[in-house]
Amino acid sequence: MRRDRIAAIVGIAESDIGVTPDKTVLQLQAQAAVRALTDAGLHTRDVQALFCAGAWTTWTNLMLAEYLGIQPIYTDSTNIGGSSFEAHVGHAVAGIQAGLFEVALIVYGSTQRSQRLRGKVPGEVSLTEQYEAPFGLPVPVGAYAMAAMRHMYEYGTRPEQLAEVAVAARQWAMQNPRAFARDPLSVEDVLASRMICEPLHLYDCCLVTDGGGAIVVTSERVARQCRHKPIWVLGHAETHTHHTLLSMPDVTSTGAAVTGPRAMAMAGIRHDDVDVAEIYDSFTITVIVTLEALGFCQQGEGGAFVSGGRIAPGGSFPMNTNGGGLSYCHPGMYGIFLLIEAALQLRGDAGMRQVPNAQIALVHGTGVQLSSSATVVLGRD
Amino acid sequence: MTMQAKPVPVLDTDSRPFWEGCRQGVLRIQRCKTCARYVFYPRSICPHCMSDDLVFVEAKGLGTVYTYTVVHRGFGPFQDEVPFTIALVDLDEGVRMMTRIVDAGEGIGIGDRVEVVFSERDDGLVLPYFRPILKAKR
Repeated sequence: MRRDRIAAIVGIAESDIGVTPDKTVLQLQAQAAVRALTDAGLHTRDVQALFCAGAWTTWTNLMLAEYLGIQPIYTDSTNIGGSSFEAHVGHAVAGIQAGLFEVALIVYGSTQRSQRLRGKVPGEVSLTEQYEAPFGLPVPVGAYAMAAMRHMYEYGTRPEQLAEVAVAARQWAMQNPRAFARDPLSVEDVLASRMICEPLHLYDCCLVTDGGGAIVVTSERVARQCRHKPIWVLGHAETHTHHTLLSMPDVTSTGAAVTGPRAMAMAGIRHDDVDVAEIYDSFTITVIVTLEALGFCQQGEGGAFVSGGRIAPGGSFPMNTNGGGLSYCHPGMYGIFLLIEAALQLRGDAGMRQVPNAQIALVHGTGVQLSSSATVVLGRD
Repeated sequence: MTMQAKPVPVLDTDSRPFWEGCRQGVLRIQRCKTCARYVFYPRSICPHCMSDDLVFVEAKGLGTVYTYTVVHRGFGPFQDEVPFTIALVDLDEGVRMMTRIVDAGEGIGIGDRVEVVFSERDDGLVLPYFRPILKAKR
């Protein structure tokens, strides 16, 4: 019972990633955008809708569109953190379904590593941020650490189980020549790495890299004319549950509990139908709470679920097949790369790390402090 | 290297009574007069019932640790203070706050009972920290 083919991902591309000190954030995005459009067999002049999210300026879409030479008839700068791009896909499908446009370009880029933008603390905090920032919690890592601590308390989750997520990601990265971190990593290595915020060690945390990515989403009509076989958007859903951590009702359960079932129902799939999953891994705990909320295992059983090689290459649940934010790249908001890798897998073009005969992919983005969730279900003919 | 300033709250008409309370040694939260629920942080409408009839009340200053982390790598102006403990504390009134745990010589755990203690930061800002008063049974 598949949803009608309304829209598809027809172009995918990364910019240069890793450390790109000679590139501006606009250059990275232009590079990714042109590569993605070329991949689709399209041109900047074909772009009708522009989607972008970033912290590099206030008016992201105005500056980026102008730089690219695009005057879109539909524009969306929804920024809900790392999951923004999964939300953008949903919005693009809705716009296409409404007949407002046929070609959408979704773009992200960041030079956070080269510009040393991480770990900044504001001198003044206004509005609702003033009830958390003065205490000195490093964000976002500290928020995820508190989620992990509560998860360990409620469910007996162990640091070794958190580490399994990082180890599996590294094993996938070792099969991806473009991955940033490819040295072997063991559970012992993770546990021996520097403590950042208890219980999270250094290797429980995602990379800090530069990089950009872009995808092109079109109507079925246009998709049929593009260079690659369409990767259909079968289902999508989004939500956000809080901004301040103190307002998160249960730090061990995210909005994925809402978006997962909605997106899967729209797509008409069950958990067993998912051949490959791309799950936002800002931190190891992010994966565990997300898999639980999505219903791939029971609440509290995520630690056991990710253990024993299940999510590693050769395991029964192929996940984060490019190495993820933990080992592939993580330029601040990683969600665009989840979509790129899922589409690559469904095209069958993932090389050494290809999941055999992958037909259905589930992509889930998580943003800010477990605040926002967006799920996309993709499939091929 | 000059020390970077720590984040200072920008007082507004929602937050002023809370921060002024801290300076006076009073922990202020809000109570909705329409639905009778407590609210934190302070705001102009009740997030439970949309009422705008909210009043500040003095919290008892007692709570339970919901979760916490010990920070070993602090950012910016906090980097020299590590290790320190940040927690989410559930006040007895039913609202949750972020805070720092202090005077926890034997460590802190989820479920421990804590009480508010007002502490002046090195830049003069008075913050509501909490200290343990009773260990949870474990």
